[in-house]
Amino acid sequence: MSTTESTYVIPEKRVVTTKPRFSDKVFRAVVTTGGLSSLIVLGLIFGFLLYQGFDIIKSQGFDFITTSRWDITYDEAGNVISSDFGLSAMLIGTILCSFLAVLIAVPVSVATALYLTFYAPHWIKKTMVTIIDLMAAFPSILFGIWAYIILMPSGVYWAKLINHYLGFIPFFENKDRYFQGSPFIASLILAIMIIPIITSISREIFSQAPLDRIQAAYALGATRWAMIKAVVIPHGRNGVIGGAMLGLGRAMGETVAVYTVLNIVFAINWKILFGVGGNVASLILTKFGEASAYEIKGLMAAGLVLFVLTLIVNFASDQLIRRMGGSGK
Amino acid sequence: MSTENNGDQAKMETTTTPSSLSSVASASKRKAINSQPMGTGLEARGVHAWFGKHHALADVSLDFAAGTITALIGPSGCGKSTFIRTLNRMHEFIPTAAMAGQVILDGKDIYDPSIDVTKIRLQIGMVFQKPNPFPSMTIGENVLSGLKLAQLKTENKDDLLEECLVKAGLWNEVKDRLNAHGGSLSGGQQQRLCIARSLAVRPQVLLMDEPCSALDPGSTLRIEETIEELSSNMTIVIVTHNMQQAARVSDYTAFFLSDGGPGQMIEVAPTNEIFARPRDKRTENYVTGRFG
Repeated sequence: MSTTESTYVIPEKRVVTTKPRFSDKVFRAVVTTGGLSSLIVLGLIFGFLLYQGFDIIKSQGFDFITTSRWDITYDEAGNVISSDFGLSAMLIGTILCSFLAVLIAVPVSVATALYLTFYAPHWIKKTMVTIIDLMAAFPSILFGIWAYIILMPSGVYWAKLINHYLGFIPFFENKDRYFQGSPFIASLILAIMIIPIITSISREIFSQAPLDRIQAAYALGATRWAMIKAVVIPHGRNGVIGGAMLGLGRAMGETVAVYTVLNIVFAINWKILFGVGGNVASLILTKFGEASAYEIKGLMAAGLVLFVLTLIVNFASDQLIRRMGGSGK
Repeated sequence: MSTENNGDQAKMETTTTPSSLSSVASASKRKAINSQPMGTGLEARGVHAWFGKHHALADVSLDFAAGTITALIGPSGCGKSTFIRTLNRMHEFIPTAAMAGQVILDGKDIYDPSIDVTKIRLQIGMVFQKPNPFPSMTIGENVLSGLKLAQLKTENKDDLLEECLVKAGLWNEVKDRLNAHGGSLSGGQQQRLCIARSLAVRPQVLLMDEPCSALDPGSTLRIEETIEELSSNMTIVIVTHNMQQAARVSDYTAFFLSDGGPGQMIEVAPTNEIFARPRDKRTENYVTGRFG
């Protein structure tokens, strides 16, 4: 009975595989193609922008993102004599407007999502979810026109109020009293445009808050709000940040609505109520129609910078979520 | 370990011969009924419950005397879990759920519109089937979470924390790691953490909905000991699938059954009588293991 001495020889490890069926192979090929195609398309666009914009970036160097101007001089024959491109005002404008938009949109979206998940009667919930989803599909030019005609006057009024009471803060300064077409108003319309996506993602994650913990909180005498603070928000925090980052991506790439509302000026402006702003995507739209072949290269270079900026922001937000992850789940 | 084995033997005995039932009941560690009534009793009067059109529970009237442990037993779908959830108004969280009848605590109907339901749930605590500590909180924070949730104040949090964990039989295992996350505990420890958490708001009544059904025998035994100790100053109602558990811990046992229609309470009596001399034939069939 007591054969403790090992008499066996350690065998070779077997290779364990299963021969895939034909149907599995076909399905695998289909999904792999689908999965890679988005990567390929993105790579092609990146390659195109790099190819088109390389000359400009090479000749401008770092000035392309640190200076702020857009000058081309042509001779009588239409040949380019000199050119000077710099995007800093546009880049800062893009970042300023989109972060401000996220800042405005997140509280509204979270409140909406909490209302729809925990407070709204069934029929209101159903109707509102449909309307909010519809908002996401609404053409941005219509948002832009509506913002120009309707939102702008109100936005100017609010901007004046903020400036009147909080004007001592440098951000809200506006010595020139020019409120039309400011980054603030552009951010408002951007916020309205990204509320649907942040709301739907928040709603989704809130509705997945574990029922047993919700009940545990209620059984300890929690009010609904106390339960939400203790259970739903810790559970949903990362999801809300993820939604906010998707919204940020959308806000950074938004073109037409911003173009309709914002005064695009080649000057760096941090005063959000002052009617001077910048936006890379809108710049491309402004210049594209009348641009010479050479200027288009400059615009493609601008597009490349926006592409890289978006990648950096997405990567940073991914890191942010990862670092905050763990707790709450 | 030895007690565990006894439990297993008891299980085998009950399922074989009815004559051994009385020995199981008398072997239980029950204390004398009404020896020192403390806490506050609870009284259900003509309670019905519905889910939409489905009539789940019909006309249940039960008295839970102060300081007693009452076990609710019966096969699946008999309405015992539904009933216990009507006792602290957790029933109403299910959409389309409805109820009728009265539940009386301190002479007041807890369903009265003038009653603040969050206050009711502080007086009538609940422990659930699956351990559900808050994962984002530490062990200590979990125990005291009720104070925060209900915005209660306490003089000395450390004392309360220790008192609750001692009562729940968890103090020795966690006293050195109160700042660890609740999820780092084993299932049985998590359940005792949940018991400690419900004790921190000092309820008069504690409802337990199959608190041991997700646990191993060792943890089950620890929790049964905890229940025994707690009953000295509170009223306990426990739903259980395990008849041996009912026999071991409870003073009274109520048998629930659904004959296809709404669940009803068939019989309630001191636990040893339910197991030794059930009045109703259906109760006898169930406790002797002929069905269920």
